[in-house]
Amino acid sequence: MTTTAEPTTTPSPEVGKARVRKEDARLITGRTRYTDAITPQGTLHIHVVRSPLAHAKVLGVDKSEAAASPGVIGVYTAADLGVESVGLPCAWPITPDMKAPQRPLLASSTVHFAGEGVAVVVARSAAEARDAADLVDVDYEELEPVLDMEAALAEGATLVHPDLGTNENATWVLDSGEAGTGGRIGDAIAAAEADPDSVVVKRRFRQQRLIPAFMEPRSCVVDPSGEQLTIYAATQVPHILRTMTTVTMGLNESKVRVIAPDVGGGFGGKIGVLPEEMLCVALANKLRRPVKWTETRSESMLAAHHGRDQIQDITITAKRDGTVTGLDVHLLADMGAYLGLVGPGVPILGAFMYNAIYKIPALKFSCTNVFTTKTLTDAYRGAGRPEATFAIERIMDELAVELGRDPMDLRKQNWIPHEEFPFTTVAGLTYDSGNYEQATAQAVEMFDYDGLRREQEERRRNNDPVQLGIGISTFTEMCGIAPSRLLGSLSYGAGGWEAASVRMLATGKVEVTTGASPHGQGHETAFSQIVADQLGVPFEDVEILHGDTQVSPKGLDTYGSRSLVVGGIAVVKAVDKVIAKARKIAAHLLEASEDDLEFADGTFTVRGTDKGKAIQEIAFAAFVAHDYPEDMEPSLDADAVYDPENFSYPHGTHLAAVEIDTETGRVHLRKYVCVDDVGTVINPLIVEGQVHGGLAQGIAQALFEEANYDEQGTLVNGTLVDYTLPSAADLPNFDTAVVSTPATSNPLGVKGVGEAGTIASTPAIVNGVLDALRHLGVRDIEMPTTSQRVWRAIQEAQGRSTQQTPVDTHSPGAGLGSIDPNNPQEEEVQ
Amino acid sequence: MAQVRVTVDGVNYADDVEPRTLLVHYLRERLGKTGTLVGCDTSNCGACTVHLNGQSVKSCSVLAVQADGGEVLTIEGLARDGKLHPMQEAFNEHHALQCGYCTPGMIMQAVDLLGDNPDPDEREVREGIEGNLCRCTGYQNIVRAVQSAAQKMKPGAAADTPAPASVAGGGN
Repeated sequence: MTTTAEPTTTPSPEVGKARVRKEDARLITGRTRYTDAITPQGTLHIHVVRSPLAHAKVLGVDKSEAAASPGVIGVYTAADLGVESVGLPCAWPITPDMKAPQRPLLASSTVHFAGEGVAVVVARSAAEARDAADLVDVDYEELEPVLDMEAALAEGATLVHPDLGTNENATWVLDSGEAGTGGRIGDAIAAAEADPDSVVVKRRFRQQRLIPAFMEPRSCVVDPSGEQLTIYAATQVPHILRTMTTVTMGLNESKVRVIAPDVGGGFGGKIGVLPEEMLCVALANKLRRPVKWTETRSESMLAAHHGRDQIQDITITAKRDGTVTGLDVHLLADMGAYLGLVGPGVPILGAFMYNAIYKIPALKFSCTNVFTTKTLTDAYRGAGRPEATFAIERIMDELAVELGRDPMDLRKQNWIPHEEFPFTTVAGLTYDSGNYEQATAQAVEMFDYDGLRREQEERRRNNDPVQLGIGISTFTEMCGIAPSRLLGSLSYGAGGWEAASVRMLATGKVEVTTGASPHGQGHETAFSQIVADQLGVPFEDVEILHGDTQVSPKGLDTYGSRSLVVGGIAVVKAVDKVIAKARKIAAHLLEASEDDLEFADGTFTVRGTDKGKAIQEIAFAAFVAHDYPEDMEPSLDADAVYDPENFSYPHGTHLAAVEIDTETGRVHLRKYVCVDDVGTVINPLIVEGQVHGGLAQGIAQALFEEANYDEQGTLVNGTLVDYTLPSAADLPNFDTAVVSTPATSNPLGVKGVGEAGTIASTPAIVNGVLDALRHLGVRDIEMPTTSQRVWRAIQEAQGRSTQQTPVDTHSPGAGLGSIDPNNPQEEEVQ
Repeated sequence: MAQVRVTVDGVNYADDVEPRTLLVHYLRERLGKTGTLVGCDTSNCGACTVHLNGQSVKSCSVLAVQADGGEVLTIEGLARDGKLHPMQEAFNEHHALQCGYCTPGMIMQAVDLLGDNPDPDEREVREGIEGNLCRCTGYQNIVRAVQSAAQKMKPGAAADTPAPASVAGGGN
């Protein structure tokens, strides 16, 4: 028997290969420059004078001492800079009558949160600016803080912005009965209440306030020395920042260039248009010198936008056989003092995900956004979807308890079976692909679900002081933000497309520009893999350029797990155009018909012959332009803008085994298994890394992190001592795996992975904690489920009294180890 | 002003500094050693970790004058003769970094850890780097990288990756 050997020159496909990252070389050697390392000669430095009070009138600002301080160029209020009427942009007016306060660059008459800027000091060095800022004397008249969302909505409440006449920003509703995508929730609840064979389960969940806590503090440098004003910024969104800067400051868009150099993490926390950035623009234009701002970590905690902070009232109805019949969601979402760039829309991004992977016939979602005198909230990894996933996965567990069912079985009974894809949900979205059975089966096996259930029974039976809980989260998310028309229907202020360009250089190297703007995700590596395969060129020959609006002039940047799913497809579309142009030149040079050409592995060959031209040869032919078809330009270069037709819907099954020491309340995450379906995997190494990091952040919400305010409206977790990011010692190894049902909505079959771990993991952990303790009488524990909260919950469930401590205060370091004023050590009440 | 004489990454410097100048600010702003990063103001994050006289220190909690007469090694001096340190290689191979901001400090701390404990188990690595925060990776790949580097740096391991003795030395 003879065999025909495959040509040995055929390269193995790049897509799917665990390539180590191109980006790393400059990062592991300290060679790269993050924004704070960019200091053009003559740079001036600013420091913002911030309000220590949550709510106060500004009676006066005495700048004299600061202005006389060494090295100080000037001290300015908003009036001094003529920016009193400037308001920072909110791009998402979720309802036509949404109430939106002006968000100033510096507060003039009233401060609305502790940390808000009142004045700015400009000095020769950052240290001199900071020293002088301490000398600015602001005279405040304290006003009542507004801290509790429900109280803020009550009649007669103190108003954060009296001119708005209310603390309500907007109420946004999605009603499947109204939309015609499902039944009416009122009918479902009435039917369930009237039916002895149905149940109605209501729960209230709290999404605590979180701080994105990217490792690189925010920073910008505004350099006015050229014809264009150049803004270097630690931002996720250079393109949006450019457009919004021009709109906000009244500049000509073509006169502004934004460069995002290497950016040290974002997680949604760097999608803003910042008062400090705009102050640097105003000051650079005024002083005609480069002006730089880098925040301290404490400033970042205080003034950079926070995330989550919702109260979720959830009602689920079901038949006693387990069939879910309806879901009613009512949210209160804390906007803080002002609206961020997309802040009001963050809860809305979750609206379509409450039904998750389940067939739920009736859904109503209603969210009221509330102003308080706290730091504003905006996107944080997952943005709306972690909240939705938490609520539905928690309430599914509660329903299982109510019905006496295994929580996994209840999920299986209600989820969309794989043969029913594509499936249009009660929220009106069409899930293109997925296989919940497959991911779950693999996760259950990796986890040894049955074995752990047996161990759990044993521990309960033996009254073991260490109890075991099993937490489940079978999640999906919508990502790849987003189809522009859909964003339009949600009144979002921009589209959801992404842009790419491919340039074939004379030497056969390839430059690709993307409008996505990475800050740790590894675009340069993953996009190079895609281009290498599509164009048939070596991985090393592809250069991915990004993050400079003069290099990649068009784009909508990176957030919402969109870079690959939208930006990556834009790259594919641009490559397609390059190949189409190259085909014409190849046909011309090979004196063949285009129809007779085959393109594979970077070479056009005339079918049935050994005649061929490599793409690099064609690139050179186009460059010299001595001989090319008359009906085309001598160039292979191409641009593409890709507007997705649908979201993508990664999903997965996450399982947590949680051990709880019932004597101390200590929660030990013993095992975490997840099987994610993110569609086609471009680079398994990067996918795994994204999952790990996502898990860490979602687990941190469940176990460790919370931003709290005391009754004066002061943030009590204003440092990394008090805001407890997990360290390596706090987390276990995760057992992760992927399965793949390729997306049908894009040519690569990709779904996105940036947010999956965060979205899925929080409810898995909390479900596990409660699963360990329910038999002791514990019904719920608010996040983060710290040892203290767990211990208290156990004591209370057992009818034992505990020392009085406000449960809403969580500040482990209590201000660098000092006494927490909000947590007095009272005598134990017996 | 106070005078500080210090060797940083093999180069001698003598400078007048304000007595309050932190070592990290001296490195970044005076010497241009911007590979060493600042992530917090409470000594929690460890992004600024360097070696001072062979021991890892958070350079935000050391005054520049305290380094007087000393030898500082930063991430920028870790590679020798154009060859990456095994720890740098391991971070690349195991995808132990994403945004890269914690990375210089994390690598310097990990090198120091192996100086103290050349063959740490997973728990020992996790505890050995717990003073360095990473927000991107969930730490798992960092732990893998450190353990992998430990194997490569063992005496008798692959001859092409010797442990630079002056670099690997930890606290003593």
